[in-house]
Amino acid sequence: MASSHGTPPVFNNKVIAWIDHRLPIFSYIEKEYHTFPTPRNFNYFWNFGAIATVMLVLMIATGVVLATNYTPHVLMAFDSVERIDRDVPQGWLIRDMHMNGASFFFIAVYVHIFRGMYYGSYKAPRELLWILGVVIFLLMMATAFMGYVLPWGQMSFWGATVITSLFSAIPVVGDSITTWLWGGFSIGNPTLNRFYALHYLLPFVIVAVVALHVVALHVHGSNNPTGIDPKGPQDTVPFHPYYTMKDGFGVVVFLIVYSAVVFFAPDYLGDAANYIPADPLVTPTHIVPEWYFLPFYAILRAVPDKLGGVIAMFGAIAVLFILPWLDTSRVRSSTYRPIYKWFMLILVADVVVLGLCGANPPAGFWIPLSQVATLYYFFHFLILLPILGKIERPLPMPPSIADAVLKKKAG
Amino acid sequence: MRKLIVSGAIALAALVAGTGAVVLAAGTEAHPKHQHWHFQGPFGTYDRAAAQRGYQIYAEVCSACHSLSLLAYRNLMELGFTENQVKGLIKDIVVPDLNDDGAPIERPARLSDSFRKPFPNAAAAAAANNGKAPPDLSVIVKAREGGADYLYALLTGYVPFEKLTPAQVKEFAVTKDDNFNIYFPGHKIAMAAPLADDKVTYTDGTKATLDREAADVTEFLAWASEPWMEDRKRTGVRVILFLLALAGLMYAVKRQVWADKH
Repeated sequence: MASSHGTPPVFNNKVIAWIDHRLPIFSYIEKEYHTFPTPRNFNYFWNFGAIATVMLVLMIATGVVLATNYTPHVLMAFDSVERIDRDVPQGWLIRDMHMNGASFFFIAVYVHIFRGMYYGSYKAPRELLWILGVVIFLLMMATAFMGYVLPWGQMSFWGATVITSLFSAIPVVGDSITTWLWGGFSIGNPTLNRFYALHYLLPFVIVAVVALHVVALHVHGSNNPTGIDPKGPQDTVPFHPYYTMKDGFGVVVFLIVYSAVVFFAPDYLGDAANYIPADPLVTPTHIVPEWYFLPFYAILRAVPDKLGGVIAMFGAIAVLFILPWLDTSRVRSSTYRPIYKWFMLILVADVVVLGLCGANPPAGFWIPLSQVATLYYFFHFLILLPILGKIERPLPMPPSIADAVLKKKAG
Repeated sequence: MRKLIVSGAIALAALVAGTGAVVLAAGTEAHPKHQHWHFQGPFGTYDRAAAQRGYQIYAEVCSACHSLSLLAYRNLMELGFTENQVKGLIKDIVVPDLNDDGAPIERPARLSDSFRKPFPNAAAAAAANNGKAPPDLSVIVKAREGGADYLYALLTGYVPFEKLTPAQVKEFAVTKDDNFNIYFPGHKIAMAAPLADDKVTYTDGTKATLDREAADVTEFLAWASEPWMEDRKRTGVRVILFLLALAGLMYAVKRQVWADKH
């Protein structure tokens, strides 16, 4: 059944044929995951969409098991998490997988995002695909933030305090919004309960948006390292077995790194202070969020004004929504954009620098450094990208993907 | 492009300088030295003999003020004690309970009981300790930066008032009644030096030096923080070996599948 497109598949199994005649799920799988024509020249960066999907499923599976053993109450949450570690059979494994799974989900998604930026995957006709991706990223941030509150340690409590207090910066209605978020006049049991409810709900919203993301992807197919659209069968391969195998291999390699952390350094990415039960009367010396929020935390603190900081932080994500229109170049891939390529790498370095700024106390030279890095972040999106597209002279592009592959092989 | 490389180098230099600044900004407390622990590394296990001696320290010294509420007496069997040995260890311990009439009573501890708390509640613990309740020790090794190294350093890091330099006394406003510890943030710690040479008489005949006691109780508390650690590492070795084999297989099949496209 290796026919590429056009002819509907014929199922020999009568049950499958009967079902498919009424609900064409098998035809759908056949079309979208078997014969689906996919550019033949993906590099390993194209694995991270599949890896992120695996991590999402893994997070939901481990999360459901944790939820059956967790108690969302300020007096019992901390101990119930410890009970999972100590008394639930293999509970420590499920919790270590979930807590480090969040980090590795973000690692996969960050690579996926930067890959999309480097190869111009957000450009026409994939703008909505990109925007749906940014929506997923935002939902992930909300979910991860609320999940971090659930163990009710010191960082859970004080992280929640810092982030929810941001809303009080909004003029006029800020305090009312904060009270509404908390379900009271301070963070307490109502806050923990609603965060738990939302932490269970949002992953399923993510699944729904991921489904839309995949549907949008399958309209025009994947971008590829050359950024050139496939022009015929010589440029593509069927998704299965070519990319199911390649993605499968990539997923296993990723899981090896993930397992190394889960089994040999499960607390490495966490904060020691979160093993101290939440105490509203004792503020930790340094309140830091989980590592995947640090660049945004640095942007928040880089602006001396509270409202300004909040606007900058949300603005840092807002610019991603309009990225397809900020970039004026018609060339997708950095391979053929000699200047943009370097600025793209500088942007990655800039985000890493922001992450380091976020991890360190806002004192000494970290303050000006975080301000410079924040300015550069916005400079890249708001000034550099619109101008660069106009002045940069792209390198000559090969006529097709097949030509690019063959030339690479020859040279 | 050369400009870009130069700016990259500057950023890198800034990063390196930055890491140095963190250490300086962290305060005046000394950085705990790394000790060799039996449980460190991917194959490390708990030293049962040391942890059993550590339990003796906890029972005879620490438990007067610090609870260990997440552990039950039955857990001690995981440390290599037999059931009868544990029953012997807890034979003099009484725990609060209610009788059939609902009246509060005290009865001998059973294996299934959680470790007895030294104070009936947090307020009583605070009242008996100058207003600050001593922390529970169940996850103390995970709850401090530096973990076991920090705990060991803290327990051996006390400096008697007479041995402080006048500069230290002045800088940290130390009085005769304060406890000065070189590893504690701010140096003045509410807990008086809990251990000393011959503070306990070890049942296994080991000479009870301060270092030995501190290392043993740290071994015990490291175990208390994560009793499943050995299981975790054993499982990890199997999982990673399996995944490595699977990755090799996947790669071979992937090469095979792609052979006609390269």
